[in-house]
Amino acid sequence: MNTVAAQTWVRPKQELGPVARLFDWKPFLVTICLLPAVGLLLVFLTYPLGLGIYLAFTDTTIGRSGIWVGLENFEFLLEDKLWWNAVFYSVFYTGIATIAKFGLGLWLALLLNNHLPFKSILRAIILLPWIVPTVLSAIAFWWIYDPQFSIISYLLTDVLGWRTTNVDFIGSPWPARWSLIAANVWRGIPFVAISLLAGLQTISPSLYEAAMLDGTSGWQRFRYITFPMLLPILAIVMTFSIIFTFTDFQLVYAITRGGPINSTHLLATLAFQRGIPAGQLGEGAAIAVSMIPFLVFATLFSYFALARRKWQQGEADD
Amino acid sequence: MAAVSIRNVRKSFGSTPVLHGVSVEITDGEFVVLVGPSGCGKSTLLRMLAGLENISGGEIAIGERVVNDVPPKDRDIAMVFQNYALYPHMTVFRNMAFSLKLAGAPADVMKGEVSGASRILGLDQLLERFPRQLSGGQRQRVAMGRAIVRHPQVFLFDEPLSNLDAKLRVAMRSEIKDLHQRLNVTTVYVTHDQIEAMTMADKIVVMHQGRIEQIGAPLELYDRPANLFVAGFIGSPAMNMVPGRIEGGAFVDAGGTRWPLPKDAAASEGAEVVYGIRPEHLVLDPAGMPAVVHVVEPTGSETQVMLKIGGATVMGAFRERISAKRGDRLPVSPDIGLVHLFDRASGRRL
Repeated sequence: MNTVAAQTWVRPKQELGPVARLFDWKPFLVTICLLPAVGLLLVFLTYPLGLGIYLAFTDTTIGRSGIWVGLENFEFLLEDKLWWNAVFYSVFYTGIATIAKFGLGLWLALLLNNHLPFKSILRAIILLPWIVPTVLSAIAFWWIYDPQFSIISYLLTDVLGWRTTNVDFIGSPWPARWSLIAANVWRGIPFVAISLLAGLQTISPSLYEAAMLDGTSGWQRFRYITFPMLLPILAIVMTFSIIFTFTDFQLVYAITRGGPINSTHLLATLAFQRGIPAGQLGEGAAIAVSMIPFLVFATLFSYFALARRKWQQGEADD
Repeated sequence: MAAVSIRNVRKSFGSTPVLHGVSVEITDGEFVVLVGPSGCGKSTLLRMLAGLENISGGEIAIGERVVNDVPPKDRDIAMVFQNYALYPHMTVFRNMAFSLKLAGAPADVMKGEVSGASRILGLDQLLERFPRQLSGGQRQRVAMGRAIVRHPQVFLFDEPLSNLDAKLRVAMRSEIKDLHQRLNVTTVYVTHDQIEAMTMADKIVVMHQGRIEQIGAPLELYDRPANLFVAGFIGSPAMNMVPGRIEGGAFVDAGGTRWPLPKDAAASEGAEVVYGIRPEHLVLDPAGMPAVVHVVEPTGSETQVMLKIGGATVMGAFRERISAKRGDRLPVSPDIGLVHLFDRASGRRL
C-alpha cells in the first residue's frame, strides 16, 4: 500500500467588519430582537390600558379633557342602578352560559371521541360556529329572534301549530336575557368541545381497558378515569371561557344593544354605551375598570385550580 | 384457578384475517408463554382471552365456561399491560384497591388485600406514592399487585417487561416466575423475546403469521423444533441453516462442501434439505471441516465466531477462549447427534 501524507489545512482567520461585530455584541442583539414585541405591547396594550385606567379617574368627556376627580366616578357607579344591572347580568350571563357550554361541550367531546363514521367531517362542522365572525352569527341570531320573521316562531306557529302567536324573544327583559345566553352558548360550544376532545385524546386507551378489567361500568369509567384525567385541561379551558364570556361585547351589542330598557347590558356594552355614544369617557372608563376585579378573581381561580395536582408532578420524592 | 381452552379461534380486523384457527389447551396452574415476532397475532389472542377484542370464530373457555360473550369484568381475569396502564391520578394504594372498591369490598378487606400483595412485591413503603414517582420496575410491580389483589382465575401478561432496561428485565423475569410458583395461578404471558419464553414457561406456544407453529415445553422446542421457523426463532444465537441436498450419504451444500450426517438421518438420497446446526453444537476439531474465521465476538462466558465454511456463513459458539484473527483457519465439526434436517420445500423437520 502506498501512503500519502494528509495535507495540513488550517482554517483561514476571518476578519469581521464593524457591522458584523455589532451584531455579535449580545446586548445589542438582545435589544433589537426584543424591540418589535415590546413596542407592540407598549403601543397597543399598555398605553390603552393605562389611558383607560387614567380616564376612569377623570371627568373627561368627548371634546373636553377632564380633570382628576379621584374615585368620584366609582362612587357614582355604586349608586347607579344601570351599573348594578350590568353587574348582575354579566355574572348571570357568564355563569349560566359557562355551565351550559361545559355541559354540552363535554358531552359533544365524549361523543366525538368515539369511533364515528365521518369523524373528521363532523369535527370540522362542529368548529363552524366558532370560525364564523361573531358579528355575522350575531346577525343570524338577530334574524332568528326577530319578532316578525323568526324561523322559530314560524316553526312553532305555522308548521307545528303549537302556538298561535309569535315568540317574543328580544322584546322584553327576561326572554332577551335568555336568548342572548343561548346565542353565546351556541357560539362557545365548539371551543370547549374541541379543547376537551384534545384532552380526551391524551388519555391512554389502555387505562380504559385496565378499568374495564377492573370491573367498571361506563359511568364509572367516566367518573374515575375520564373526569379526573380531564380536570387539568377542563380548568384551563374554563378559565379562558369565563374571561371571554364575561368580557363579551359583540353578541350583545349586535343583537340587542343592551336593550330592552337596558336589561341586557353587560359591563362591556355599558362601558361602551356610556363612553362613546354618550360621550362620558371618564364614566365609561370607570365601568370598564370595574370589570378588573372580576377578571382578577377569575384568573386567581384558574391559578389555584390549575396548580399542578400532585399526581402530575415529576418524579421527585415527596 | 382454572384451565383455559382456546378452540379453533379466528380473528379478522375488517377483511384482514390475523388469526387463522388457533387451538391451545392450558391446564390449571400452568405458565404458558405465547411467543412470536411482532404481528404474529399473539397479543390479539391475549386480548381476546381478556375480552378486549371480540372473537370472530371458534370459542374460548375459562374453566368450564365459554366466555365468548362474557364481558371482560365478568371473566375473572387480571391483566398486566405493556405500559402498565396505572391510573396516574391514583396512589399506589388506590391503584391496587380500585377493583376491590368497585366490587364494594369493605375498607378493612381492601387494606388487608393490598398490604398482603404489597408485602409480596416489596411495595409497602410506596403505597402513598403516585405512579409518576415510581421507577419502571416499581410501576411494573404495582401493575402486578393490581392483578394479585383480585385473586383472578387467570393472569394475563402482555409483554410486561419490554419497557424495562436489560438488567431489570432479567430480575423481573425471575420475580414473575417466583410469583407464579408461589400463587400457582394459571398464567398466559405474551412476549416476543424467546429468552423470556424459554426461561419462564412451562409450555411455549410459538406463533407466526396468525398460526401456531409449535406447542411444547421449552427444551422440547430447543431439542426438536418442528420446522424451520421454530428452529430459527428459539435459541440464541440462532441456529445455522445451510441449504443443500443429500448426496452419497452426506449433506452437500451449494458450494460443494460435504457435511457429516447422523447415521439414522431420515432423508433419502437426492432430497433437497436444510441442514440445521446450533452454534453451540459446533465443536473445535482439528480433523473437522475447513472453516475460516470471519468475525470473533468474545462474550466472556463463551466466544462466538462467525465462520466461512465453503460458501456458507455459520456462527459458532465455543466455551473455549479463541484468539483467532480474521482469515485464520479454525477447523470445526458439527456434533453429529445434534444435527437437525428440514425438508427444504415445506420447512418441516425430517
